[in-house]
Amino acid sequence: MTAMLNVRDLRAYYGQVQALHGLEFDLNEGSLTTLLGANGAGKTTTLRAICNMVRSTGSIEFEGKPLSGRSTENIVRLGIAHVPQGRGTFTTMTVEENLQLGAITRKDSAAIVSDIERMYDHFPVLKQRHTQQAGTLSGGEQQMLAVARALMLRPRLMLLDEPSFGLAPLIVRDLFRILSKINREDKVSILVVEQNAQLALELADKAYVIETGRIVMSGSASEIANNEDVRKSYLGY
Amino acid sequence: MELFTNQVLAGIATGAIYACMALAVVMIYQAIDHLNFAQGEMAMFSTFIAWQLMQWGVPYWGAFLLTLAFSFAGGIAIERLLFKPLAKAPILTNVAGFIALYAIINSFAGLIWDFTIKQFPTPFGSSPFLGSQLISTHQAGMIGVTMILLVLLFFFFRFTRIGLAMRAAAAMPESARLVGINTSWMIALGWGMAAAIGSIAGMMIAPVVFLEPNMMLGVLIYGFAAAVLGGLTSPFGAVVGGFLVGIFENLAGTYIPGIGNELKLPIALALIIVVLVVKPAGLFGRPIVKRV
Repeated sequence: MTAMLNVRDLRAYYGQVQALHGLEFDLNEGSLTTLLGANGAGKTTTLRAICNMVRSTGSIEFEGKPLSGRSTENIVRLGIAHVPQGRGTFTTMTVEENLQLGAITRKDSAAIVSDIERMYDHFPVLKQRHTQQAGTLSGGEQQMLAVARALMLRPRLMLLDEPSFGLAPLIVRDLFRILSKINREDKVSILVVEQNAQLALELADKAYVIETGRIVMSGSASEIANNEDVRKSYLGY
Repeated sequence: MELFTNQVLAGIATGAIYACMALAVVMIYQAIDHLNFAQGEMAMFSTFIAWQLMQWGVPYWGAFLLTLAFSFAGGIAIERLLFKPLAKAPILTNVAGFIALYAIINSFAGLIWDFTIKQFPTPFGSSPFLGSQLISTHQAGMIGVTMILLVLLFFFFRFTRIGLAMRAAAAMPESARLVGINTSWMIALGWGMAAAIGSIAGMMIAPVVFLEPNMMLGVLIYGFAAAVLGGLTSPFGAVVGGFLVGIFENLAGTYIPGIGNELKLPIALALIIVVLVVKPAGLFGRPIVKRV
């Protein structure tokens, strides 16, 4: 089986500083894959490189199409939704406008209306707040909005950058439950970057561990979860 | 009392023009974070185009619409050719670009149409409006056209998808790209719309100030004052600022001794400085807080 996302020899640079050193990994269609790693390991940079938001070399292929040389907005239009760190919420706009922006590249206006309703089913709190300015939502609500906005694209692949960041544990559980439901029911492949390794490994089917810009370990999520080094370094027991 | 009412109404009428110019300035400022010093010259050039079309026998409203289309295309062309390549350049490079654009347009207009003043017609006539001596039909028309424009713009930005995309691109460019918006073209579109709005201001004010290459200098400074007063980050504020500045200009000219037409420009500049010192974000602007 060929992978949906194929990353080979990926090197990324911030000015003179090299952040990724020949990263290689695959993501299979329908999979929920997680990239684990400490602060500064290169997780965010990997996601940003996929969307061409940082200077990089190497090859990234999505469904057989090379992504290099495409602009961020064209990569998004291929069906890759990216929920960035800090969530990328349009804070001065209403919740509903945020959802419409998620679908801004789509032309099927009737389906957009029904998709917005579907998002309100996934995340009832967004319905209550649909006329409210997105900047006034709580952190957890904003993260739900960010995921919902990404789904409005009807993506084939969703990239999530530390969705648990700054959220209360209960809300994180809730969010991850919804993510796994979306992965199974809506057939959206997910690549999630996390520092909360325990939760990410419970959820994912496949995992990679990044250290200083290189993949140092890969395997099924349960293999990784049972690996002694990973347990010591990332799970803390 | 009648003098006061008269001056306020006249202030609202010229304020409508300042509001348009301020709106054009704010649209470009929101998109690229720079003040377009050439906004007035672009409007002046557009007005000459309208005048030329009418000289060739095109009726007023036909010339009006053709000028809007020309200005829209011209604004986009200027952005693509001059300011898109400067997008990542330092501030001073951009300022130099705007000043160059100012000089180029001004000289070209002088070259093509020379510097003598020309009469520009008004479609509204200049008789007293509704029989009252307070305001002329042209002044009423200026206010009316501006109001229609503002309502149209409000609906465009509030209720259309492209308006939503433009707002998103201006507010948060990176997030906008991540939902698939081509932010670069949204900026170009903003330039086109700003140029078209400016051309309306030019065509409306030309019957009052007469058409010549330097006719928009004063108007643009008042437009800047309006934008700064209302807040450079707020289109709504720019419009309110325009009307306030128009009224203020007229009342100051009438009631403060010594301020005639000669001192009108210093008043606008003084206003800009006072606002920047006392309330830099303007009346309706968002103060920009940066974490350091």
